[in-house]
Amino acid sequence: MPLRLPSALTPSGSVSPGAGPEGEATPTRAAWLNWVDRTGDFWIVGVLGLMVLVFGVLAPDLFTRASWLNTSQYAVEFLLLAIGQTFVIITGGIDLSDGAVLGFTGMVSGVVMQSMLASHENTLFTTIVGFAVALALGAFIGFVNGYLITRLKLPPFIVTLGTLTAIGAAPSLVNGGNEIVNLPPQIGTLGTATILGGWIYATVLIAAVACVIMGLALHRTRYGLRTFAIGSNNVGARRSGINVNRHLVMVYTVSGTLAGLAGMMVTANFDTATPVAGQNDELSAIAAVVIGGASLFGGRGTMLGTVVGTFIIALLVTGLVLVGVNGSWEQVATGIIVVAAVALDQVRLRLAER
Amino acid sequence: MVADEPRFGDGGGPRDADGPGRQAGTDGGVAVDGEVPVIAVRGITKHFGSIQALRGVDLDVRRGEVVGLVGDNGAGKSTLVNILSGALQPNGGTILVDGKAVTFGSSLEARRLGIETVYQDLSLAPDLSVWANIFLGREETVKGPLRVFGWLDRRAMARSAEADLERTRIRIGSVSSLAGRLSGGQRQAIAVGRAVAWGSKVILMDEPTAALGVEQQERVGQLVRSVCENGVPVLFISHNLPQVHKICDRVVVLFQGRVVANLRPAESSVDEIVAWITGAAMGGARSGL
Repeated sequence: MPLRLPSALTPSGSVSPGAGPEGEATPTRAAWLNWVDRTGDFWIVGVLGLMVLVFGVLAPDLFTRASWLNTSQYAVEFLLLAIGQTFVIITGGIDLSDGAVLGFTGMVSGVVMQSMLASHENTLFTTIVGFAVALALGAFIGFVNGYLITRLKLPPFIVTLGTLTAIGAAPSLVNGGNEIVNLPPQIGTLGTATILGGWIYATVLIAAVACVIMGLALHRTRYGLRTFAIGSNNVGARRSGINVNRHLVMVYTVSGTLAGLAGMMVTANFDTATPVAGQNDELSAIAAVVIGGASLFGGRGTMLGTVVGTFIIALLVTGLVLVGVNGSWEQVATGIIVVAAVALDQVRLRLAER
Repeated sequence: MVADEPRFGDGGGPRDADGPGRQAGTDGGVAVDGEVPVIAVRGITKHFGSIQALRGVDLDVRRGEVVGLVGDNGAGKSTLVNILSGALQPNGGTILVDGKAVTFGSSLEARRLGIETVYQDLSLAPDLSVWANIFLGREETVKGPLRVFGWLDRRAMARSAEADLERTRIRIGSVSSLAGRLSGGQRQAIAVGRAVAWGSKVILMDEPTAALGVEQQERVGQLVRSVCENGVPVLFISHNLPQVHKICDRVVVLFQGRVVANLRPAESSVDEIVAWITGAAMGGARSGL
């Protein structure tokens, strides 16, 4: 039997004048909003392009292989942290601890590798154990973060701030706060090896692979969809049967694991495990994610945006150095871009809700 | 043909032989005609600490029925709905689905039994597409090796979401638009459409019109009737008594944790319902009334 249905439930075109109090989206407004949405997704790519152009004009050296290698290598640690951070931020959380986890895991795995070498262990095996230690330790710290956040219902900001503070001091306690230089040769090789005719560092390749895998997980799998759902409507996600607590623990565990991997990449990069590695990196990672269009309120963000955001930060550093400006200006510029990105995001939201 | 035509005049059988408004706690419309209720609760009790929210509630919902559940604040409506949707567990009593006693420890288990809830806040994720909202928690994955990773079959979900909404004559435009970008009425339609798509037994609607304007309340009422025409009964919880009176086949009144009346709108006025809600109908000697 055909049913006559309320016009509020039919396409906007058929809405009679004087529709419901919320009003209906007219086709013209929808088209205009779509345009805002599309720009919103791509404006940041334009910023990156503009930066390449400006730095390129000021310092043509930017377009050399050496410059590219520097920039991309510099981006590795931020990218790995930002990947995990993207998931965390999309759930509506934040992980302030990942820079500290990077430094801590790097040092602990350095100590383990050093002592294994001292007892004449096979160097390849030592390297593998070093990686395993870093990843497992990172995963464990992330798990503890997630556990405290979900079981004790503490705000992610507080929990990860605590982890940052506690773990942040640890690298200086491990090995008496000294750098560890006695590492397996494979670590140094990993840091300097290149592929594709010397255009891509092995560490960059590893970060890129992690990025692609996690990007697909975020945008193409059930895991990713639920990550968005939790950030978008936590209560609704619970009602729909999603195990929100388990999912969040997983998200923080992955973030910690990636921080462990980043710790190994930094160690490989310098062929040294250093206690200062990763300090304040979490802020750059969060900045990269936010510049990439993620909302700190959760529910929104893209892996592509995070990649672009990471490269904007990396390019600021190498670009400013090439231009001959003190590298510390990078922090000033990053700060401005973060605020601008969030402000623009808010404007978009307000436009969309109007 | 006209879905919004109230059906309470159609003489649906002598379900309440001894007339409307029986007193005190044992009767929420217990089947008289032998048909097994789709969902039935018997003697449900629930207390929160020393507060007795439900004191033995009986309620039946049969196929093709819209049952209104009304009562003053604190009468136990939300508690009962939360128990039926699996969010709360009762302290005593039984829930029967198709005559079989069931227990559910979570809303997921209730949903697996075909009990869907349309929440007052609609429970939609504004940043997700329409199809993702409809399939949230029950996502379809592709067949083949990628299944291990939970690889979503987005196309299949979009297609069936479209079909689901089509079946209930709900048109949203594109099922890939974000839920947060739709109008209030369209969002309401998604929430109802989702419940209809999955709710094979009964649909609970918790204050579905509380946040809506008058005209949209009307539309939701029509939608409820049309859902019911498709065979799935609806338990409609609302404060909006004129609307309850208009669209429901039966109205069950809760008062202080008990079912105090089971009325048929065709035979009872809104004022009568109000009298039961306030307790005035039970002896009338209550002070201040």
